[in-house]
Amino acid sequence: MNDKRVRALLPIVLAIAGGILIFNLIAFAFGEAPASALRLAFEGTWGTPYGLGQVLFKATPLLFTGLAFEVALRAGLFNIGAEGQLALASLVGGLVASKLPASLPMPIALPIVLATAAAVGALVAFIPAILRARRGVHEIITAIMVNRIVDAILPWTFTTVLGSNSLRTADIAPGAALPRLDRVVPSFAGSAASFAFPLAVVSVFVGMALLERSRLGREIRWVGFRAEACRAEGIDVERRLLLAMLLSGAIAALAVSSTALGYKGYYELGLGAGAGWSGIAVAMLGRGKAVGIVLAAIFLGTLEQAGLAVNARVPKEAMDVLEATLIVLVAVASRVAAKGSRAATNEGPEPEPPRDKPAPTPASEEARS
Amino acid sequence: MSSIFSLTMLAESIRIAVPYTCAAIGGVWAERAGVIQIGLEGILLTGAFTAVAVTHATNSPTLGLVAAIAAGVALSLGHGQLTERARVHAVISGIALNLFALAATRMGLRALYDSASNSPGIEAYRFGPTGATGGAMLLRVLADPVFFLALAAVAATPFLLQRTRFGLRVRAAGENPVAAASVGIAVTRVRLTALAVSGAICALGGAHLAYDQQRFESGMSAGRGFIALAAVVVSGWRAGRAALACLAFGTLEALQIVLQDEVRKTAIGDLIQTLPYVATLLVLALAPRRAGAPEGLGKHAAD
Repeated sequence: MNDKRVRALLPIVLAIAGGILIFNLIAFAFGEAPASALRLAFEGTWGTPYGLGQVLFKATPLLFTGLAFEVALRAGLFNIGAEGQLALASLVGGLVASKLPASLPMPIALPIVLATAAAVGALVAFIPAILRARRGVHEIITAIMVNRIVDAILPWTFTTVLGSNSLRTADIAPGAALPRLDRVVPSFAGSAASFAFPLAVVSVFVGMALLERSRLGREIRWVGFRAEACRAEGIDVERRLLLAMLLSGAIAALAVSSTALGYKGYYELGLGAGAGWSGIAVAMLGRGKAVGIVLAAIFLGTLEQAGLAVNARVPKEAMDVLEATLIVLVAVASRVAAKGSRAATNEGPEPEPPRDKPAPTPASEEARS
Repeated sequence: MSSIFSLTMLAESIRIAVPYTCAAIGGVWAERAGVIQIGLEGILLTGAFTAVAVTHATNSPTLGLVAAIAAGVALSLGHGQLTERARVHAVISGIALNLFALAATRMGLRALYDSASNSPGIEAYRFGPTGATGGAMLLRVLADPVFFLALAAVAATPFLLQRTRFGLRVRAAGENPVAAASVGIAVTRVRLTALAVSGAICALGGAHLAYDQQRFESGMSAGRGFIALAAVVVSGWRAGRAALACLAFGTLEALQIVLQDEVRKTAIGDLIQTLPYVATLLVLALAPRRAGAPEGLGKHAAD
């Protein structure tokens, strides 16, 4: 058991070590002493309470988008459309929040805004979902197309539909705003971390538990595990695929809680951009466990904040390069770890199934390893 | 209406179709060999950046083109190493490739030109007559060496795949890797070779994109790699048909540019920009289901 845990952790440790090495190389290439760049990165993140607050703030949307990618992945789907799902949901959520009466109390206003955002996120995800379920079109191409369409809809909505000159909504109603965390942790003062963070952490744990234990969650995983067998058992595979994708879009949309609701108090064009992509890295690093997703989101939040801290000397884009490299590193490392363990114990990771067909690997496991 | 049926329109359609076509032919090579390749977008972008960076440094678009092709081959082989040797899931590797290319080119812009959005202008190829008439534009588009190479790639691909020993091996590796391996074909090596070809042709499209704009812009591939992938799917993984599909996309986009000024005055406004993406969705929705996909796409010869 202990050995198994070591094996699960090893890829992450290797990937992080490799990540630090690559960051040093990049810093060196930009003519910085790696040690001083690293120190700068640390001081801007975990070195001060403010930096830590900013890390949590940066991690919050990634918790939602990471969970969103994971939910779809369990069904064997790659939801790379979180970027567009979150953007349109943020716009509509922000608009609704700004139209609510100022006197509406939080227990009513906040659920209204979050539910609206989730519905819009699911709606955006519906296009790739229905094309995949009914027409068998791969969701990756369609999700990118939808992302680009949303990219054009946003400015068009502001200028043509709303006729406004600025690319932002009006301020949201006070009842829809999530308070900052410095209300309870005074030393976070000035940082943008809000109650969206605990909300996100709870969402990840609840979401992952439902995925493991609820009927729908199990069926989604079975469909990702072996669609043909499910079809033979009479499970409506297409319906589960559709649901998984819609859920994924709705969850990604909840990231609006940390941006428009918890931080700015309004939505403006580009707010929260990039969270959809980083969510993919979070899910890959999180290894399908709630704790893993939370840690991965905090780690990538640290990278983002560290990028800002070193930006004057090493471009913050270096952190995005690092993120992409980490996805690959952790995938390779886990593959190597799995191979090593199989050789050591001389048995497969699971009891051998009848060999009339290739051994089934859950789509999510295959993608991760 | 005369502006729609004109030499200018034809020239524009061909010019716009070239990057799509290169990416689609690259996609055909990778996927006919059995490797899922959603990283075409990243290779286009990297090709564009490399072409501009080297041209800017050396004042030679030819060196820029060579460097772009080298970068495309390197990225494509990297994808192949990850999927075929390390057995990383091809979709994950492709996503990582795209994210890497986007981030690395932006980092390169910051590092080389201290800009977050675009590179300084470059002198790309300039052949053919000057002048603004449709005929002159068409000649300029056709006299472009990058266009010529792209055309050669389109013409050579079906021949190489269908009529040569190497092409047969590529198709065998793509249709049934286990059977191919059992008759002595080195599946991994064949796939990597096909990926090298794929990366080279795709990067050509990136260079065309950049030379066309005479500079590099952050994220300038703008989803073309994915639209090209859609063209591959609807063509049934056949190079000639994929190129025709890309030409249709080019025509559509040229049409959009012609109509843009008119449409901007209406309520549709800037939404006209979404035309290629909407069209892609419609084509994918209406095309027959996954006809002609290589049987061994994403499968391996041995565990």
